Amino acid sequence: MPYKSVVLVKQVPDTKNITGEAMTPEGTINRTALPAVFNPEDLNALEMALEVRDRHGGEVTVITMGPPGAAEVLRESLFRGADKVVLLSDRRFAGADTLATSYALSCAIQKLGSVDLVFCGRQAIDGDTAQVGPQTAEKLGMPQITYAEAIEKLEGGSIVARRALDHGTEMVKCSLPCLLTVVSSANEPRPASVRRRIEYKFAATSLEYKSLLAKWPSFKTEEALDAFLVRRELKIPVWTAADIGAEEQKLGMPGSPTQVYKVNFVVLEGSESKVVDPTSDGIKALIQELMQEYIVG
Amino acid sequence: MADNKNVWVFIEQDEGTIADVSLELLAKARELAGILKSEVWALLCGQGVEDAARNAVAHGADRVLLAEHPELKLYRTLPYARIVSAQVREKEPYILLFGASPVGRDLAPRVASAVRSGLTADCTDLQIGDFDSKKDGKVFKDLLLQIRPAFGGNLIATIVNPHHRPQMATVREGVMRIQEPDPKRKGEIERVNCAFESSDFALEVLSREIRHSTVRLKESPVIVAGGAGAATEEDFELIRELAHVLGGEVGASRAAVDSGLIGKEHQVGQTGTTVRPRLYIAAGISGAIQHRAGMAESNKIIAINTDPDAPIFQIADYKIVGDLNEVIPLLINALREKAK
Repeated sequence: MPYKSVVLVKQVPDTKNITGEAMTPEGTINRTALPAVFNPEDLNALEMALEVRDRHGGEVTVITMGPPGAAEVLRESLFRGADKVVLLSDRRFAGADTLATSYALSCAIQKLGSVDLVFCGRQAIDGDTAQVGPQTAEKLGMPQITYAEAIEKLEGGSIVARRALDHGTEMVKCSLPCLLTVVSSANEPRPASVRRRIEYKFAATSLEYKSLLAKWPSFKTEEALDAFLVRRELKIPVWTAADIGAEEQKLGMPGSPTQVYKVNFVVLEGSESKVVDPTSDGIKALIQELMQEYIVG
Repeated sequence: MADNKNVWVFIEQDEGTIADVSLELLAKARELAGILKSEVWALLCGQGVEDAARNAVAHGADRVLLAEHPELKLYRTLPYARIVSAQVREKEPYILLFGASPVGRDLAPRVASAVRSGLTADCTDLQIGDFDSKKDGKVFKDLLLQIRPAFGGNLIATIVNPHHRPQMATVREGVMRIQEPDPKRKGEIERVNCAFESSDFALEVLSREIRHSTVRLKESPVIVAGGAGAATEEDFELIRELAHVLGGEVGASRAAVDSGLIGKEHQVGQTGTTVRPRLYIAAGISGAIQHRAGMAESNKIIAINTDPDAPIFQIADYKIVGDLNEVIPLLINALREKAK
């Protein structure tokens, strides 16, 4: 039986290469100063959803919330096999913490109508909170399977999944619909297919038309470009707060209980270090000293 | 909003044994409640876990809210979230803490969403302090300052939750210290009502396989750890031998774990275990911030690295610039000689 799946993905700054410019004095993140990447575990979530579709039929819709540039991860999702993609973008979403984010995402999922499975990555590398999945599940009134590593069985209205925990595994059976957060050990995400890369190369949201016209001057007007994308089914829909029927006070900064009080760079200073010669005598003297201080022996 | 300033700790238990992280949180909660002049309440769910309730009192709880029910025997998100959310709504704690374990990280966001409050993940420190909010034009007194690494460990962020209660946080395992239990400590045990809805049982646990790790990093007084500079099996053999001579445990940086030379259970750092042994020997570890954050509080640190500018040296008590293949055998020999 076919299953209707939604995958929640996030474009994240590559936290492996952070510089001082990445932080504003207010303690918020200047994302433009960092290269943006597809959150790694969201690729595992997408792969799990695609495997369900390839095996049982159905369709996979990928949703992301972010600025216009976040359309990049949606194109990447199309290249890898997603059937539909949606960008949630609105100034009113800005500054959202995990609670406000999960509220917006849950509204978007509800707009899609009935859904059997919701997949997200276990956590995103910019915040490492692992909160948005469970919070979204709660808002949707769905059970959740966190740390999902494999789907053992999917039959009728229920799923059997394996969870990878710190010190072992757990096999659970759950009724549908349900939400899964997927760990990196779940699978090896498929690469973008060459055929799909060509097919969806021009997929774009209306928020990108201005920059696209500069790249493809032959379209002359936004209307012409829009007509072309619609005809080729390449127009990526953008949903605003109004489109998803969200209550404004639950979105963005006003809808976020947590606030950043301050941000400090990590400074870990030890006491002055003693230099020990890497020679037999140097090391013997070190061990002698450690024994006298009862550190060893 | 209730006017009590009670600090609650969700007690994680497995067959009646309380998780270390919950005991760590009880100790921290005592400290916070001392500042707030309020009480520490423990929230314990399970079946046949009254001994654990008494143990929570011995570790610092003034009151234990005990929910016992056959459906609570094994942890499952929805029945547990039902009980915790109901208690929070009814009694309105000021602060609610969870361990940042797989259970805590599964349960806390579910509860935070249900009671519509803020939640900060993976805190490494908690303090009480005032927050001068420019936005609200007022000072919020005695808030929970939730301190956590952010952005891959490159920053430390302090998060507050001024308008909503409870102020919720998950706290990383191993960063707070367990206090010795006091069996004479007095505390109330209050049995709470367990009311579920049928939708709470959408998920059933078919089986559970727990691997009991033989690696005891947190408890070990001595840790010898290898990093990217320990690039071969032989290098790790040397590290193991040195750890053995010192009666210690083998640790590793993320780079070493990623290389496949050593298991994840040995990893020290923000995404591994936080340790503070008497002696930490870092061999071939450059000292990325995410590693240092997990071992910087060790009593004595010896760093061995071929690069004299490696960041690990900034926090080392003893700096040895050299190849671990030469230095470790010297250490082993010197120790063996002294032992004679």
